[in-house]
Amino acid sequence: MIDYEEFLDGIDRKAYHEGEVEWEEDGCTVTRTYNYSAPGCHDSCGVLLYTKDGKLEKVEGDPLDPYANGKLCMRCLDLDEMVNHPQRLKYPMRRAGERGENKWERISWDEALDMIDTYIKEEIDGKGLGRESILVGHGTGRNINWQVPFIAGACFRTANVGGIYFSGWWCYMPRVCGAAGPLGDYPIVDASETLPERYAHSEWVRPDVLVVWGNEPLKSNGDGYLGHWLNVCVQMGTKVVSIDPVLTWWGARAEHWLRPRPGTDCCIALAWLNVIMGEDLIDHEFVDNWCAYYDELKEHVQQFSPAWAASITGVPEDEIVAAARLYASADRGAIQWGLVFDAGTRSSMHWVEAVCDLMAICGNIEKPGTHVLVHNSFDINAGYSSVDLYADPQALERKFRKWMVGDQGLDFVGMSNCDAMASVLEAGEVPATGEPYPIKMLWAQSCNAFAGHEGQVPRAYKYMKEIPFIVYADPFVTPTMVAIADLVLPVSMSVERDSARTWWTPLRAMKKVTSFYEAKSDEEIALWLGRRLNPDLFVRWESAEDLINDYLLTDLAVVGPDGKVQKANFSAATDDNWGHTSVTEDGGPSVTTKCPYTFDQLVEAGGHAYDEWNATYFKHEKGMLRPDGQVGFNTPSGRIELVPTIFQSWGIPPYPVYTPAPETWETTPEIMEKFPFYLINGARSYEFFHTEHRQAPTMREFHPEPRVKVSPGTAAEYGLQDGDWIWMENDEGRCKQMVEVFAGIPDDCLSAEHGWWKPEEEGAVPHLHGCFDYNVNNLTRNFQSGPGGIGSPIKCTRCRIYKVKDGDVMPGEQITQLGGWRDDYQPMQA
Amino acid sequence: MTKAILINYEYCTGCHSCEVACKKELGLPKGEFGIKLTETGPYAYEGKEGPERWEWTWLPVLTKACDMCASRTEAGKMPMCVQHCQAWCMYYGEAEDLVKKMGGETRWALYTK
Repeated sequence: MIDYEEFLDGIDRKAYHEGEVEWEEDGCTVTRTYNYSAPGCHDSCGVLLYTKDGKLEKVEGDPLDPYANGKLCMRCLDLDEMVNHPQRLKYPMRRAGERGENKWERISWDEALDMIDTYIKEEIDGKGLGRESILVGHGTGRNINWQVPFIAGACFRTANVGGIYFSGWWCYMPRVCGAAGPLGDYPIVDASETLPERYAHSEWVRPDVLVVWGNEPLKSNGDGYLGHWLNVCVQMGTKVVSIDPVLTWWGARAEHWLRPRPGTDCCIALAWLNVIMGEDLIDHEFVDNWCAYYDELKEHVQQFSPAWAASITGVPEDEIVAAARLYASADRGAIQWGLVFDAGTRSSMHWVEAVCDLMAICGNIEKPGTHVLVHNSFDINAGYSSVDLYADPQALERKFRKWMVGDQGLDFVGMSNCDAMASVLEAGEVPATGEPYPIKMLWAQSCNAFAGHEGQVPRAYKYMKEIPFIVYADPFVTPTMVAIADLVLPVSMSVERDSARTWWTPLRAMKKVTSFYEAKSDEEIALWLGRRLNPDLFVRWESAEDLINDYLLTDLAVVGPDGKVQKANFSAATDDNWGHTSVTEDGGPSVTTKCPYTFDQLVEAGGHAYDEWNATYFKHEKGMLRPDGQVGFNTPSGRIELVPTIFQSWGIPPYPVYTPAPETWETTPEIMEKFPFYLINGARSYEFFHTEHRQAPTMREFHPEPRVKVSPGTAAEYGLQDGDWIWMENDEGRCKQMVEVFAGIPDDCLSAEHGWWKPEEEGAVPHLHGCFDYNVNNLTRNFQSGPGGIGSPIKCTRCRIYKVKDGDVMPGEQITQLGGWRDDYQPMQA
Repeated sequence: MTKAILINYEYCTGCHSCEVACKKELGLPKGEFGIKLTETGPYAYEGKEGPERWEWTWLPVLTKACDMCASRTEAGKMPMCVQHCQAWCMYYGEAEDLVKKMGGETRWALYTK
């Protein structure tokens, strides 16, 4: 069993150079810092970087870092293979042949800037178009969440940042916004991560019961959360409930493993409310003191009996009830949620709401070992809202919004509406008004869109390739670049850039230790673009370090000539203009965040800083959650709103209900027969982060091929063995992956991986490194969101399977040469 | 005095950090390992419920190539596998001290050279 104090006492601190940031060791310079992507993940762990003659030689975890305690994943341990990879993009290059030919010509950064500046001046400004005709895209999680929206607004002056075929923002936004309704803030499971003393902190207690719901945190480490923190809790006695059709490490150790049919989990949440409220298993004191609309919710959920949930989910009624009782009986219960809440359901907002309600009625908010409500440390919130601060006002007015595609209610997501973006791209006009809306340019930074996040990817390819001018910036040449880019720019990896970022806590700094040919950091790219495209604004920053310091100290607020803040970033949909940023009555001080450090000071302090606000429990009792300083929660009523009033203004019925996926046994039995399998896609691997790390030889040694899990029963029925290649196919298209026979999956489910491409294979069309051949998004669809137009049921689509044969037409050929599988796509109508 | 690595493999997650950390330290090429994971399961035990139902267990094996990071431990550092074990289930020390951690409630393996 883990004894954290014994672990800390056992570290030879001198051997690990406690208190030092840089030292010499075995002929190498060692730097104590944090790694964020690229290449990367959602997290930032303490590392010791070993460099020699300017080259990264080795990476070790830093045992003195309280975030990861030196326990690096295999990808970061293998960082040298990515940083020093011969296929990295060394220089800016412009397309030398046709799109798709993978022929490039080296140019200078100045020439690249001329191309961009000239295009915007001649084809956008010169043609009388607004800057909204420039779209900006980026990848997930990696350390560009404050930089790329800033680039979009401050450099390109557009407000349109987002994923184009990223229907319903099917990652994280549903959870973030959905939780803001009832709770007013975002909850994360308390595994002591907000406390610098971690598991040894006097107030912290491990959860009694942990519900791991539809995700594998050990592999995904999503949302700034290291999954192995929860393993520590289990070793300290936390009991597990797993809700997942597929067996995971958690399911194999669970008191109850519930296997709902994909897309139906919301029914279990509603039935748990029914059981827990009906049997009065609630935390009365917490509900009485801090919750609103309890009686209304209780009456509403009476219709959602365990028998009803069993009939839809396929989970036996007694298991639903027993698991609900176990969760409710825990003094400290916690629910770890994941991407499936956003991408595996048509009930995103209501499922999130119901789970927040489960947290609340059991008193599992702000108590140690339950869920803590978190902010970005020191109120540094620059992100999507930076776009709105800096975009051209007219472009901001034409930002993609939900009304353009007929969705009701206020916009509550900072990112441009992805469905409006895709629909306008396809139609060339705003569906609601018929007003022309040409898309002329795409700037995408660190997103391998076709291999990665574009849903219904044959459709994405068909329309995105029609955008006249496309620039991609990335550390590698990706198949997406080959397919559609006119200009590609080399981006520095984490070890090659000075940077800083908050994602909850602690604030962390990344210190540059090496460089790679002509690659620029994301911060340097912002300055490079801004000085030419928006010179008046960019006199404010002389260097990348200036920009980083501004991020730390003003949160990139808009500052007037008097040095006072004019407009600040907000952190949540419920914030006013000033967000959480501290401003005084007379228009604001010149320094607005609570960050105690400049970049250099943060580096010298060891690279991290914990935020006292996040490290405080029971914040609602201390008046810390509300802008007015009163006790309670940051909701209109000041209480946790079990039926969130704000949902109404967002166009979402405030009482939670189950909205079935587009295809279910209840509604479309004929489709279920035709396509007998649920295709659960997006299975995570230890070796890869989304589309990254496919170049690293060691990662591919462990994981050479894309794998789809099939049950032993299915394998017997279809004559499949480990290593066989199968097609997964529906009316949208097909893709192939390699069979892994797996006992922990139901006969009617497949679990396939996402993000695959093979850097070692042919890059030119039609193959494009296989990015279409292995791509589960050949089978997914857009425009299927549930209430609120948010969330997407792409992880519960249906398909059939059959063996791959010699001579089969490959998806790359089908999509790039033969027009795909469909020619009848329709943009959303208002 | 016998140096040993103790693994509380009840909690091993099969994350491969030990394998890669070791390959980096020893400079081992593709196909060679200083520590190598074994995987048992998943399979279900008939008639069992709850945490007793499923077997899905990883156990790292120390290979001939392992020197228990002699040069690192001499310098006061942990062996690479122990330092990077994400599942917090590996310990390094004197065999006779480590034996005392094996409490009888979970599964452990003690490796010596």
